[in-house]
Amino acid sequence: MAVAASIAGEERSVQARMASPSRFGDKAFEWLTLAMALAVVVLIILIGWQLWIGSSVAIKKFGFHFLVTSTWDPVAEQFGALPFIYGTLVSSLIALLIAVPLGIATAAYLTELAPLWIRQPLTSLIEMLAAIPSVILGLWGIFVMIPWLRDYPFPWLKRLFGWTPFFSGPIYGPCMLAGGIIIAVMILPIITSVSREILRSVPDLQREAAYGLGATRWEATRIAVLSYAKKGLFGAVILGLGRALGETMAVTMVIGNTPQIAASLFKPGYTLASVLANEFTEATTDMYLQALFEIGLVLFGITILVNLLAQLLLRTIATTSATRAVQ
Amino acid sequence: MKTKRSGNYTWRKIKSALASAIAFISAVLVIAPLGLVFFHLVVNGASSLNWDFFTKLPAPVGAVGGGMANAIVGSLELLALAGAIGIPIGVLGGVYLAEYGSARINSVLRFLADVLNGVPSITWGVVVYGMVVLRFKGFSTYAGGLALGLIMIPLILRTTEEVILLVPNGYREAALALGVSRWKTIVHIVMKTASKGIITGILLALARVGGETAPLLFTAFGNRFWNHSLSQPIAALPLQIFTYAISPYDDWHRQAWAGALVLVTGVFCVNILVRILTRGHTASVV
Repeated sequence: MAVAASIAGEERSVQARMASPSRFGDKAFEWLTLAMALAVVVLIILIGWQLWIGSSVAIKKFGFHFLVTSTWDPVAEQFGALPFIYGTLVSSLIALLIAVPLGIATAAYLTELAPLWIRQPLTSLIEMLAAIPSVILGLWGIFVMIPWLRDYPFPWLKRLFGWTPFFSGPIYGPCMLAGGIIIAVMILPIITSVSREILRSVPDLQREAAYGLGATRWEATRIAVLSYAKKGLFGAVILGLGRALGETMAVTMVIGNTPQIAASLFKPGYTLASVLANEFTEATTDMYLQALFEIGLVLFGITILVNLLAQLLLRTIATTSATRAVQ
Repeated sequence: MKTKRSGNYTWRKIKSALASAIAFISAVLVIAPLGLVFFHLVVNGASSLNWDFFTKLPAPVGAVGGGMANAIVGSLELLALAGAIGIPIGVLGGVYLAEYGSARINSVLRFLADVLNGVPSITWGVVVYGMVVLRFKGFSTYAGGLALGLIMIPLILRTTEEVILLVPNGYREAALALGVSRWKTIVHIVMKTASKGIITGILLALARVGGETAPLLFTAFGNRFWNHSLSQPIAALPLQIFTYAISPYDDWHRQAWAGALVLVTGVFCVNILVRILTRGHTASVV
């Protein structure tokens, strides 16, 4: 792999030396494209810097307390982000609990278990699901999903698990659980399609070895494919988590938007992204705006860390499987 | 002994079939929301969809009728602005990654682009609010277009790089051997060969940001009337859907469903177009 790359590099430099009718045009074009490519670096710095200067006064004033207190009172200018952080984490966790098993099972179905003719159409449908804008899923959530959840699954959950603190109390409709479910729908396509890529990159040798030992289809999938791809699947899950944490519109429309920390999942909640969506244009005082910028900074910080982790996990997979393929 | 072994084998076969069945049910559950959302959009949206919807301004509260003409045009204006920012930067950046960058620089840039793709879209709204809205003291079309354009950059950059890498090296060598300069080779031979793929990437990015609401909430802000200046707030289809959906009025809810049907139809059309464009993709060179 490395050898091939260095040969290609050498070839390129030879080409560059031979073709030199207009040195200036070449250099100018290279610098132009480099400048554009560096936009990704500039953008990351820009986001961090803008959020930082936007919230510097609030950071100085509230310090670490911002993250661990739960009073959100714009009138008294007291700001604590704990209920939002809690809501973001809990709704994302619910989403993962639903989306991970479904997504990975679907990916396994698409690459290992399904009849060949069904694989491509099903993959296309999942890509279509990914294309539905968040606001439309939210609209559907408000007028279709929530009434249905309130009438059928929620009372049933309450009957079965009402004795636990998680499913106790009155059922309003918009709540943490509904938020988690809508996020699950939003992140299912990405978890499924990334998992599918990971499973597809598992070498056929693995499957052949398992079948050669007399494994059934499911045994081959479990022993030779899923366990081999464990790390990559974990990367897919973390990537899904990153999307879940930042999901805004659909959640805002179904989670109830009440800053509280309650054990019951039937109670409304609030997320970092939702409070930005709802209150940003209402921020009347400078300190209020500063606090909202700090919410943005917290959200950016969390998602960037999660995404870095996901990309690192997925990267190492890609390189190891590539080197393995060459060997 | 023999019966026990064959019994065990039957049990393993049953387990395998059971696992397949569970995986199949999972797949059905995953695509169920797609069918349900589309079904309800058609049922609830089609009845409110008429000529007025595409030609009239929103009606005041209580008045029946009205449309989203300004929001549809507004969305197109915002997409044009976003494209003007996102397409050149994304495409040329992708060209750098595919044609010039060293392996190490490329892996860093690619990594950052993927991380950028994971940045929540609402964050872009906050950043552009700080950069543009606060500085120029007002919500504007420019701000909305910029927010969407910045989101497009990493998306287009990655797809462009991928399709340009698919162009066989022989094409480059042939052009260079004829004495064509490197940059002309890239623009006229490589990018032209890969143009279908590049356009596909651009269309997908436009479809993606066309449905974005969060970055527009406090940049483009929304407008119930026609926008006459790019430095004024502007309506956008997703914004209008959001405003109507969370309102308490039934008339507005119906309009929201109709708007959602139009938006989803637009997004799906682009996706289907892309699928048709890329069908010959694997068969032809790029």
